[in-house]
Amino acid sequence: MTAELRAAALHLVSCDACSLVVNESTAAEHPGHCPRCHEVLHRRKPDSLRRSWAYLIAAAILYIPANLLPALHTTRLFGRSDDTILSGVVELWQDGSWDLAIIVFTASIVVPLLKIGVLAMLLITTQRGSTWRQRERTRLYRIIEFIGQWSMLDVFAVALLVTLVHFGAFARIEPGGGIIAFGAVVLLTMLATKSFDPRLIWDAPAARPPPRTDQHHD
Amino acid sequence: MPAQALIVCEHCDTVHRRVELAPGAAARCHTCGGPLYHRSRLELNAMLALTIAGIIVFAVANAYPLVTLSSQGIRNEAALWQMVASAWNSHIALVAAIAALTVFFFPLLQLALYAYILLPLSLHRVPRGFAAAMHLLRQLRPWSMVEVFLIGVLVTIIKIGSLADVVLQPGIWSFGVLTALLTALAGFDTRELWQAADEAQR
Ligand SMILES: [Zn+2]
Ligand SMILES: [Zn+2]
Repeated sequence: MTAELRAAALHLVSCDACSLVVNESTAAEHPGHCPRCHEVLHRRKPDSLRRSWAYLIAAAILYIPANLLPALHTTRLFGRSDDTILSGVVELWQDGSWDLAIIVFTASIVVPLLKIGVLAMLLITTQRGSTWRQRERTRLYRIIEFIGQWSMLDVFAVALLVTLVHFGAFARIEPGGGIIAFGAVVLLTMLATKSFDPRLIWDAPAARPPPRTDQHHD
Repeated sequence: MPAQALIVCEHCDTVHRRVELAPGAAARCHTCGGPLYHRSRLELNAMLALTIAGIIVFAVANAYPLVTLSSQGIRNEAALWQMVASAWNSHIALVAAIAALTVFFFPLLQLALYAYILLPLSLHRVPRGFAAAMHLLRQLRPWSMVEVFLIGVLVTIIKIGSLADVVLQPGIWSFGVLTALLTALAGFDTRELWQAADEAQR
């Protein structure tokens, strides 16, 4: 650990809203509020780990119907087919549109799984007070925060298909329950990511007792 | 030391002293490597121009259909509001709500708030309810998904292009321009507007 000064140790709080640095001990007329923008000051996001877990577990549960239930029902003259999100990707690949297949596979399968996996890892290591690869863990957090909304791609795709493809008996596309669950998964993972406070990753060393070697130097 | 001389990393809580940056440079936290702040010579007029252009393009994007699809002598068109309506009618209310909020209401509110904040600030005045408007603007940011919508529509168009006759309409081009404008606006650090408001009040 470097000798960097951390705001909490100096009794400084940075306002989440306007990034003004406020000294807690000299907080003016409205204690606990930012003097510039009047937002409530938090050292850390309130109840961060518990909220983040709750959203994450809900997302992980809904991930199952999101992938098992069909997202689209296609009716053609020659019959009817049901597509889940994954079978839609496979179909794209078989049609030779491997570039589209990769885009949809990344946005709909890789990103949600990555977000759920990374968040679970961050929550577990943070709860254990781990000092393992703090820098890389913080970077992973920034990545999942950035890519979060891109999973909505398939939700918009389904809305467009349902609107465009209704040609009476010839061809019709209707949505399936899978897309509702999928939209909910994306929203929940975004909320889970927003609830997690990456500063908690760096709170770990201070909370631990100093290294044992100190005892021998007397 | 004045508080504005300090900045705290939002990712790891390390305290840094603000230093003057060269144009185009960005400061990174040396504990966690995250972005701290970048040199924004806060160009209020440029932001205002982007906002006004954004409002005009937003109107055009929603006035025209995005794309038409013809098959068996039937021609169907899709505009954003038609997508919301058909999602609603197909009993996927959540999808209808996501499309209506993240592609229509949130971006529109975002542009309106930018205009409300930037117009007076460019005249060195602070608008009423500045703090509330700034808070709302900050909270809206991650929930505005125009760029994701655009890519989703483009992927779908390419996908069905081989099956039926697809014609692009002005709506899709406008959404492309809107995406570029909103991305350029998001490049400005809105936290710097607090500094501008402080100076205007003086
Ligand atoms: Zn503040
Ligand atoms: Zn940092």
